[in-house]
Amino acid sequence: MSVVVLKNVKKSFGSLPVLHGVSFAVAKGEVLALIGASGSGKSTALRCIDRLEIVDSGEIEVCGHMVHDPGLDLRRLRLDVGIVFQSYNLFPHLTIKENVTLAPRSVKKLDRRAADEIAMQSLQKVGLAEKADNYPEQLSGGQQQRAAIARSLAMEPKVMLFDEVTSALDPKLTGEVLKVIEALAASGMTMIMVTHEMGFARRVADQVVFMHEGLVHEAGSADILTNPSTPELREFVSNDL
Amino acid sequence: MNTAINSGHLVFLLNGAMWTLVLSLLAFAGGGLGGFVVALGRTSPIKVLRILSSAYVQLIQGTPLLVILFLTFFGLPTLGFSITPLFAAALSLTIYVSAYLGEIWRGCIESVPKAQWEAAECLALSRVQRMFKVILPQAVRIATPPTVGFSVQIIKNTSLASVVGFVELARAGQLINNSIFEPFAIYMIVALLYFCLCFPVSALSKRLERTGAARLRTLKAASA
Repeated sequence: MSVVVLKNVKKSFGSLPVLHGVSFAVAKGEVLALIGASGSGKSTALRCIDRLEIVDSGEIEVCGHMVHDPGLDLRRLRLDVGIVFQSYNLFPHLTIKENVTLAPRSVKKLDRRAADEIAMQSLQKVGLAEKADNYPEQLSGGQQQRAAIARSLAMEPKVMLFDEVTSALDPKLTGEVLKVIEALAASGMTMIMVTHEMGFARRVADQVVFMHEGLVHEAGSADILTNPSTPELREFVSNDL
Repeated sequence: MNTAINSGHLVFLLNGAMWTLVLSLLAFAGGGLGGFVVALGRTSPIKVLRILSSAYVQLIQGTPLLVILFLTFFGLPTLGFSITPLFAAALSLTIYVSAYLGEIWRGCIESVPKAQWEAAECLALSRVQRMFKVILPQAVRIATPPTVGFSVQIIKNTSLASVVGFVELARAGQLINNSIFEPFAIYMIVALLYFCLCFPVSALSKRLERTGAARLRTLKAASA
């Protein structure tokens, strides 16, 4: 059964068309890697899934929520979907633990003890339990990104979206973040990740979707990265040697 | 008739300075409250509120404080309200300050990066929760230096209350001058007392700006 389905999704920013009819589906527990050159529309497609962008036409269904429906209950969608951004977007005025407990306490109305417990669990998953009382600015980029993942995890989402989460990090820090995501994939989390890490996609993704000029140009198992059938994908992966 | 400045005059001036301080605090409290409402209105997702608050700001910023003061002190009684000079001055300053602080604070709210709104939204926080738990705490830090700086303007602008007969510092100086005619000496003392009220506030503002800028630099260095 598919957890996320996109059907013929179209989206323009003003007069600039970005998505020309994108379709793909992600099954429960599956990891989908969205790849493609800058400007191919992969981040926009991801943002449409969490209704950060509103589609012009087409259908998006996420965990039973009709995301394209103007009457959508946004809060219920966001309870089921977690998203992690390239720029972390931690709340700078709160400690790491407070960052993680904010939503469980304000949205799920958990008391402090229950929220703290969940926070420490998810911080442990990303290996940051000892940084709980630090402020984001005291952490490295990799640590901040792992904290952002923990913040999302604490809401126990059914789907996690990752928008180029390692693009701002150096190779060493990238490695520590990818390890966390890989462990998450192994635990059965349904994930869609926009990524430029081809090696990582090859290793972790059950499905790879290559976007080119606002369309799904080639899709399949991670094997398409090794044996691409379109010249565009072949050229794209050849740049990654 | 005694024509030299004596200690009685000084006490009278100090008393006036106290009323200047009281009026400043009233203006800051009232104007701060009003300014908060204006800032929320200016950044509201509801268009009518944005238009109303924006019109209010335009109107007040385009009207001299003196005219607002005349309107409340001379205008309101003709509508049947009886008004003391202190009340008229406090009300006028509140109206004036709320427009300016509202505009300063709107800028501070808007300078919190949009990504912060987005991150909070994606965690299923409601708009009110986003505003009060994520955006405002950050906006307050940004707002502190310019707000303290504007407080100096408030203190100085309270001197306008003298024209409706409220005996604050400037009016106290005028009254003494009317009796002993020593304008240079008296207004020097008045100016000095204003300076004593304003300097600590502007020094604080400078300090906050410096530490704020230093903090911003370390933040930027950390994220680079």
